Amino acid sequence: MAGHSPLQFKNRFFYALLAAGGAVVLAGLYAAHMMEEHGHIITGMNNQIVWGLPHVFAIFMIVAASGVLNVASIGSVFGKAVYKTRAPLASLLSIALLAGGLMVLMLDLGRPERVIIAATYYNPTSVFAWNVLLYSGMFAAVAIYLWTMMEQRMNPWSKPVGFVVFAWRFILTTGTGLIFAFLVARQAYGSALLPPMFIVISFAWGMAVFHVVQSAIYAWNGKAHTPEIVKRMKNLLGLFIIGALYLVAAYHLTNLYFARQTGFEHFILVDGGIYPQLFWWGYVVLGNLLPLALIINPGSDKTKSVIAASLLVILGGFALLYVFIIGGQAYPLDIFPGYEVKSSFGDGQIGLYQPSLPEFLLGCGGLGIAFLITMVSIRVLNFIPYDKPYIAGHRASD
Amino acid sequence: MSDTDVQRRQFLKTSVGAAAVAIAPGMLLFDMAHGKSEPVSSKVRWGMLIDTAKCATGCDDCVQACNKENGLSGGLSPTDSQWMRRVDLRDMRNGRELSLPMMCQHCAEPPCADVCPTGASFKRADGIVLVDKHICIGCRYCMMACPYKARSFVHEPLHDQKPDVPRGKGTVESCTMCVHRVDKGQQPACAEACPNKSILFGNLNDPESEISKKIRTVASTQIRADLGLNTGIRYQGI
Amino acid sequence: MLLVLIPAQAATESYGMPKLDIGKGGHCVADPQWMRVNHMKVLFQQRDETVRLGIRDGKYSLKNCVECHASLRDNSVIGRADSFCEGCHRYEAVRIDCFECHSSKRSSALAQQESK
Repeated sequence: MAGHSPLQFKNRFFYALLAAGGAVVLAGLYAAHMMEEHGHIITGMNNQIVWGLPHVFAIFMIVAASGVLNVASIGSVFGKAVYKTRAPLASLLSIALLAGGLMVLMLDLGRPERVIIAATYYNPTSVFAWNVLLYSGMFAAVAIYLWTMMEQRMNPWSKPVGFVVFAWRFILTTGTGLIFAFLVARQAYGSALLPPMFIVISFAWGMAVFHVVQSAIYAWNGKAHTPEIVKRMKNLLGLFIIGALYLVAAYHLTNLYFARQTGFEHFILVDGGIYPQLFWWGYVVLGNLLPLALIINPGSDKTKSVIAASLLVILGGFALLYVFIIGGQAYPLDIFPGYEVKSSFGDGQIGLYQPSLPEFLLGCGGLGIAFLITMVSIRVLNFIPYDKPYIAGHRASD
Repeated sequence: MSDTDVQRRQFLKTSVGAAAVAIAPGMLLFDMAHGKSEPVSSKVRWGMLIDTAKCATGCDDCVQACNKENGLSGGLSPTDSQWMRRVDLRDMRNGRELSLPMMCQHCAEPPCADVCPTGASFKRADGIVLVDKHICIGCRYCMMACPYKARSFVHEPLHDQKPDVPRGKGTVESCTMCVHRVDKGQQPACAEACPNKSILFGNLNDPESEISKKIRTVASTQIRADLGLNTGIRYQGI
Repeated sequence: MLLVLIPAQAATESYGMPKLDIGKGGHCVADPQWMRVNHMKVLFQQRDETVRLGIRDGKYSLKNCVECHASLRDNSVIGRADSFCEGCHRYEAVRIDCFECHSSKRSSALAQQESK
């Protein structure tokens, strides 16, 4: 790149990234078009596994969208200055991830052209219907929050609006957990532990996503991390990882305590094939133990270790959701307790599921949308965190 | 007036009266068949009582009848719709084997209706649980919520649907208790097709109906009664 | 609005509206011009009455529309450029959603086929 000015390179790089993101989104939209044209038969989903890979992507993005606002909340609600400068970026990420996740969910519908019916015909007992309000309200609340932070005259309002956003995302993530918690007939779900589990998991995933995005932005804009700030955020990430792991453990242990649930737990944790593998190796080891090791003992290159830890947490998150959503459906319903059953419709049998290319492309398309929204917004507006220089030996004051 | 006239008058009156009496019931029936009928009401609750002892092993006449009546393909791949299926059970405590037909249980408190975001999954006033495919968006949440795995999703474009049973790609469907037949005063196809008459269909709210009388006399259970859904389909012998 | 004032026949000819194969023809359940304007509204109302309330024999049942208006050649209201529903809908570029689920074929013809 000798002969090109650094600014020209940065410009070209930006457009190259934009094109790459756009290509991913187009692939996702094409997959959705194929699904709408030919039906879900081209996917791996069937009458036993009704929610598949797109839902894994979508729920990760929605949970992370709520969790990433933690960074902002610690700034506005708890008043820590280091986090305050990161609040606009966190809010932007929240909107971007929510948009990506919702796009995947809406395009996966059997009749996506009827999605507006979810707003015009409203069933007040349905969690999905509540979510229509919660998610749209979230967009509005975060947009207003961004405005209070970026418009100088509105700055005094950022704290109260920050409180509203803080409360709203707790309710929203509770709603996400309730989607599953209300399914009383399924052994994998139907537990009051799920909303709190999702909330604490959102802290971990949100922090990890924020850190990865922040690091990428710094790398691509030639900024350096401040070691103090990296240390604080990595410790917080470690705390959240432990909290999330605790609740997942509690969920499984609670299940194991019920005699009739042991069959299901045995399937998920021991002999269910891909599901125990993903759970133990993907989620517990790669998604929790290894990142914790990197956080406690980062070695010489602290920045790289924390980025690696964050990426592993994200990977672990996908693994957990795959086991939770798809493994949870694969285990057959216990319709006749005390009987062995057999039928032409999969009663008594483990449901089979093979992720398909259209599902994967659709999920990636959602990630692509989040990427594009973030990239374009950062280019156009002032989202990059600006830290006041640290004076050696002093902690950051508020 | 002459006698003849009086007699003529009498004759005309009588014959018109007789004609009126003869035609009136016909007109009434005609009105019922071709006028706008009343909406269904909760005075009726349709249900079924299935005697599993009479369900012969290996027989799936009810399933075949359901497929034929509703235009289902009859295919058994994981993406094919099955509104009804035969389930073979073996009691793990004593080894007893039995079969029974399994379909939408038409619960009084249907979980599918609770979770449907648009209200497409609903319980009609007379107890039949249906999917209003006009507003179903195909989210499959009802399929996750159903304790009986009663629902199927249509995974591909359909052709040659039965005129009385609209079905389409991208919506969820399940046993309708042959609502198009019930509304005409007929029985569901499965009940009619069973060679051993093991499916008894009737009005649970009418104490004099055959099904109500039988439920008062023989022991019957609801599947997953512990969930408290008050199903309309009851089973004898499990 | 103007269309209401001009007789239906003249309208068809002067505005170049498609010629339709109206099947059995004869007397429609309502005035053709009124139907052109309002058929969607009556169908929306009828579908709720049928599905939610079980009222199946109102004047505007879709099955009855198809019974009369399906082409006598192929017993269908869609499929050809002059089919009863397809003709105008193609001309107006309005997608018909109904027949993704509903049978577009005359039910009496299907019943005959089955009994054979």
